[in-house]
Amino acid sequence: MRLRGGFSCAMPRCYRSVTDAEYVSDRMTTLPIHPATTPHAVPAPAPTPQSEWRTLRGTNVGDRLYRATLTALALVLPLLLVTLLAELVVGAWPAIKRFGLPFVWTSVWDPVAGVFGAAPMIFGTLASSLLALLIAVPLALGVAIYLTEFSPKWLRQPIAFLVELLAAIPSVVYGLWGIFVLIPFLRSYVVPPLRATLGWTPLFGGVFYGNSLLAGGIILAIMIVPYIAAVSREVLLAVPASQREAALGMGATRWEAVWTAVVPYGRAGLIGAVILGLGRALGETMAVTMVIGNRHDISLSVLQPAYTMAAAIANEFSEAVSDLHLAAMFEVGLVLFVVTVIVNACARLLIWRVARGTAVGSRAL
Amino acid sequence: MSGRSLRRHVTSGLMTGLVAVLSFTAVLALVLILGDLIAKGASSLNWDFFTKNPVPAGQSGGGVANAIVGTGIIVGLAALIGLPIGIGTGLYLAEYGSGRLGWIVRFVADVLNGTPSIVIGIFAWTWLVRPMGGYSALAGSVALAALMIPMIARTTEEMVRLVPHSLREAALALGYPRWRTSLRVVARTALAGIVTGCLVGVARIAGETAPLLFTALGNLNFSTSVTQPMQTLPHQIYEYASGPFEEWHRLAWASALVLMSLVLLLGVTARWAIRQRHGAAR
Repeated sequence: MRLRGGFSCAMPRCYRSVTDAEYVSDRMTTLPIHPATTPHAVPAPAPTPQSEWRTLRGTNVGDRLYRATLTALALVLPLLLVTLLAELVVGAWPAIKRFGLPFVWTSVWDPVAGVFGAAPMIFGTLASSLLALLIAVPLALGVAIYLTEFSPKWLRQPIAFLVELLAAIPSVVYGLWGIFVLIPFLRSYVVPPLRATLGWTPLFGGVFYGNSLLAGGIILAIMIVPYIAAVSREVLLAVPASQREAALGMGATRWEAVWTAVVPYGRAGLIGAVILGLGRALGETMAVTMVIGNRHDISLSVLQPAYTMAAAIANEFSEAVSDLHLAAMFEVGLVLFVVTVIVNACARLLIWRVARGTAVGSRAL
Repeated sequence: MSGRSLRRHVTSGLMTGLVAVLSFTAVLALVLILGDLIAKGASSLNWDFFTKNPVPAGQSGGGVANAIVGTGIIVGLAALIGLPIGIGTGLYLAEYGSGRLGWIVRFVADVLNGTPSIVIGIFAWTWLVRPMGGYSALAGSVALAALMIPMIARTTEEMVRLVPHSLREAALALGYPRWRTSLRVVARTALAGIVTGCLVGVARIAGETAPLLFTALGNLNFSTSVTQPMQTLPHQIYEYASGPFEEWHRLAWASALVLMSLVLLLGVTARWAIRQRHGAAR
C-alpha cells in the first residue's frame, strides 16, 4: 500500500491525535490499508516494491518493540508493590495465624517465650510522629507562607534551597547529630526547665536518660520540615492571585489576606502536605533508632525511651531467634507498610485536588 | 487610625514577623548540623582516613577505605539496575501514560516513593538474601535500586513532558518513526533534566542505611565481591556512632562529613543543572 493512499483520509485523524499526545505513526500504521475500505484511495498500484514494504513494516515493528519495552519496564513498579505486599503477608502468616488481631494491642514482646505483641512499637511510632508533626507543621507552614507571601524576592531562592538541603542530609547523619549534639543539649538546657515547670504532669515525668521520645520527635521534626514546606509552598503557589487581590481589595491586611483567602483555598493541599510528612515520619528508621532508646514499653512521658516499628525491624530482623520471631517482624513490617501506604495515598489524593497530576514534592532534593 | 484597624495591622505585622522567624529557625537547623559536621569531622580527615581500613576496636588510627569503595560499588550497581527501569518507566508515563495503566503506574510510584526504606530492605532480604543463603552487596544494590526507581520515573516523566509538542510533530512530520522521535528527539531534548533527576536519585540512595542493614550488612574488611557482605559509609557511621569508643565517634563524624559532601555535591550539581536548563528555557 502506498502511503499516499492512507494519508488522504487520515489527515484529520492524525491532526487530532497529535493534540491528544498521540502519534501520527501509531495511527498511520493501524489504519485500514486495503484500498477497498478507503474511499479516497488512489487506485491500487501494481504490487508494491519490496523496499517500501520493508520501510513501513520496519517502522511498525520498531514502534511496537519500543512500546512493549517501555510497558515492560513500567510494569516493574506495580509488580514490585504486589510482590512486596504478598511477601509481607506470606512471611507474616505464621504470626498472624498465631496471634490474630490482638497482635496490635497486646504489649508483651518475649522472643524466648514466643509471645509477641506490637502495641508499644505502634504506640511509639504514632507518638513520635505526632510529636514531630506538632513541631514541624508550624515551622514548615511558616516557611511556606513566608516564602510565597512575605519574603523579599531575592531571599526566596536561597531560603527555599537551604530548607530543601535539609532533605538531602542522610538519615544516619541526623542520628549521629542527635546522639552527640541534640541529646546533650536537651539534657543540659531543655529538660531541667521542662521538669521544673511541667514535671508534675505525666507527659514529662520520669528520669531523663537522653535517648527518649522527645529526642526522636525533634529529630523527626527537622527531617520532615523540608517535605512539608516544599509541598505546601507548591500548593500556595498554585492558589490564584485573584484570591489575594480580592481580599486585599476589600481592605484586608496582608496577613488577613493570607489567612482568610489563600490558606483556606489551598487547605486540602496543605493537609495533604502534612499527611505526606506524617508518612515520612512513620517510616523513618535510622535517625529514630539511634536516639529513641529502643525500649519495648509504653510510657506517656516524652522523656522516657520508646520504640518504633521501623526501629524494631532495624534492630531485630536479622537477629530473629526463631521462625515465629521472624514472622512477627514480618508482621510489624506489614503493619508499617499498610499504614504508610494508606497515609501516602490519602496525602496524594488531597494534593492532587489542588495541584492536579503534578509530581508535587518528588523534586524535593 | 481607629483602635480596631490598628490592632489588625499590628496582628498582620506580628504574624509576618512570626513566619519569618519560623523560616529562619528551619534554616538555622541546617546551619547548625552542617557546622557541627565540619567542626567535628574535618579535623579527622587525613590521608589514612581515605586509604586505610578500620583497625580493631580500641586501637587508634585506621580509616574507612573499605566503606568508601563499598559505597561506590553498591550505589553504582544500584544505579545500573535502577536507572534504566526508572527512565523507561518515566518515558512510558510521558509517552503512553494517558490510559489506565499509566494512572496505576503513576499512583504506585507515588505510593512507593513514600514507602519506608526498611520495608524495601525486607523485600530484598526475602528475594535475594534468603535464597542466596547469605548477606550480599548485590542484595543491597537491589534494595537501593527499588528505592530509586519511583523517584527517577516521576522526575523523568516531568522532564519529558516539558518538551514542546511542536518538536515531536516536526520529527514525526519528517517521517521519523515514533520510537526514534521519542528517543532521539524528545528524550534528547529533555536529557539535561533526566540526568538531573538521576543525580538527585543517586544522591538520595547514597545516604540510605536502613535497607542495607540486613542486605549488604557491613564488613570490617576490604571487599569488592558483590556476593559477599560489604561495608558502606552510612552503615559505618551507624556502627561507629552506636559504639562506645571515642575513636569510633571521631571516625563517624569524619565519615558523615565525607558522606554529606558526596550527597551535597551530587545534589547541588543537579540543582545547578536544572537551574541552567530552566533559565535557558524561559
